Amino acid sequence: MSKLALDMLRTRFGADILETHDAHGDETAVVTPSLWKDVCQYLRTDPALDFDMLVDLCAVDYPARAGAGQRLEVVLHLYSIKKRHRLRLKARVGDATLLGADVDSLCDVWPGANWFEREVYDMSGVTFRGHPDLRRILLYPEFVGHPLLKDYPAQRTQPLVDYRSEAEAGVPLEKLAPFHDDEGMPFDRRGLVHPDPTSLEPS
Amino acid sequence: MIDLATTPTSAVIDHDAGFATTRFDALLHWAQKYSLFQYPFVTACCGMEFMSTMSPRFDLARFGAEAPRFSPRQSDVLWVVGTISQRQAPTLRRIYEQMMDPKWVIAFGTCASSGGFYDNYATVPGIDKIIRCDIYVPGCPPRPEAVLDGLMLLQDKIARGDRTAGVVKPRVDPVTALPGLRDGPDAPAEVTVEGVLDGDAP
Repeated sequence: MSKLALDMLRTRFGADILETHDAHGDETAVVTPSLWKDVCQYLRTDPALDFDMLVDLCAVDYPARAGAGQRLEVVLHLYSIKKRHRLRLKARVGDATLLGADVDSLCDVWPGANWFEREVYDMSGVTFRGHPDLRRILLYPEFVGHPLLKDYPAQRTQPLVDYRSEAEAGVPLEKLAPFHDDEGMPFDRRGLVHPDPTSLEPS
Repeated sequence: MIDLATTPTSAVIDHDAGFATTRFDALLHWAQKYSLFQYPFVTACCGMEFMSTMSPRFDLARFGAEAPRFSPRQSDVLWVVGTISQRQAPTLRRIYEQMMDPKWVIAFGTCASSGGFYDNYATVPGIDKIIRCDIYVPGCPPRPEAVLDGLMLLQDKIARGDRTAGVVKPRVDPVTALPGLRDGPDAPAEVTVEGVLDGDAP
C-alpha cells in the first residue's frame, strides 16, 4: 500500500501536485488550492483509495511565506477505514492581509467537514467557499481578528463584559506575580485590553 | 455584666437565670452562616473535587451548606468552580445579578481566582474582574480540606457581618471565643479516656 495514494494522485493530477513527502508510510501531498475540492472528491470516490473518514482539518500560519501568497497552510488528514491507509493533504493560501485565503468547502464530500471548517475560519481566518453556515464556532461574534494567527498578540483580550475598576471592586485587582518579570507568564493583562477592537484588522 | 458592644461572641450565657441573650444581628448572622443554599456554577475539572467535597466522605452538609439550588433567586452562595471564558462571562454576571441579597461568592480553584495558566485571549483572568468575590480557594484543583477551610472562612465573614470583597482574616475558633461555655462555673467536667475505660462514664 505504500505510496499508492501519492502515485495515483501524481498520475491523475500531474503538476498540480506541487510537493510530496513520504516517510514510514506517512504520506503528504501539497496541492494547488484551486483543485482542493477536486482532489478530495477523487480521494473520496476512487475505489482503490476510498478515503471515507475525515480525521482532522486545521490551518497553520507561516508569516515568512506571506510574500509568496502562501501564508496559511490548510492541513487535511484522511483515513480509509476499509483500506486502512492514511494521507495528509495540504494547500497553501493567503497573503499577509489574508487576501486570497480561501479554499472550497468540503462539506459535500465529507459532511463532517462542516464544524472543522468553521473552527479553522474562527481561529485562523481561512474562508471556505460554498460552506452552508460559515460563522464562528468557538469564539463569539463580537470577537475581532483570528487568535491563532502569529501576529495576534498573545496577551490581548477582548472581553464581552466590561472589567470592574479597582474603585468599584474596593480591592486591588492586580495579582501578585508568582514569578520574576523575565520568567513565567505576565499577570498584568487587565491593562492590555485593546481599546478599539475594530482597529484589529490583520496586518 | 458583660459589655455587649465589645464582646466578640454571638451569645452570652447567664448561668443563674438559665437563659441566653444576644444581639439581633449576631443571631441573624449565626442563622445565615448555617443555612447557606448554594448555586454551583461548575464549568471545568474542579467540578470533580467539588463533587468529592459534597459527597459523604467530606460532607459539606456538616456546615449547613448541603442544599444546592439551581435557581439563583433561591441561593445564597455562588460557587464558581472552574475556568470562566470570556464567552461565559456575561452568563456568570447575569447569574450573580439574579441572586438575592445577601449573597456571597466563592472562587473555587486557581482558574476562577486568577485565570490560572490560561493566559490567553479566551479566559477571564479571575472572576473578581467581573463580579465581587468573597473567598478565593487556591489549588488546581483544591483539596476538599481546602474547600472546607474556605467555607469556614466564609462563615466567619458572615458571622462578622463583613461584606468586604476578597479580604480574608485569620480564623478564630468559635469555642475559644465563647466565654462561659468552657470557663464558667458550670463548665462540664472533661471526660477522659481513662474514665470511659474504667466504666465510670454514664
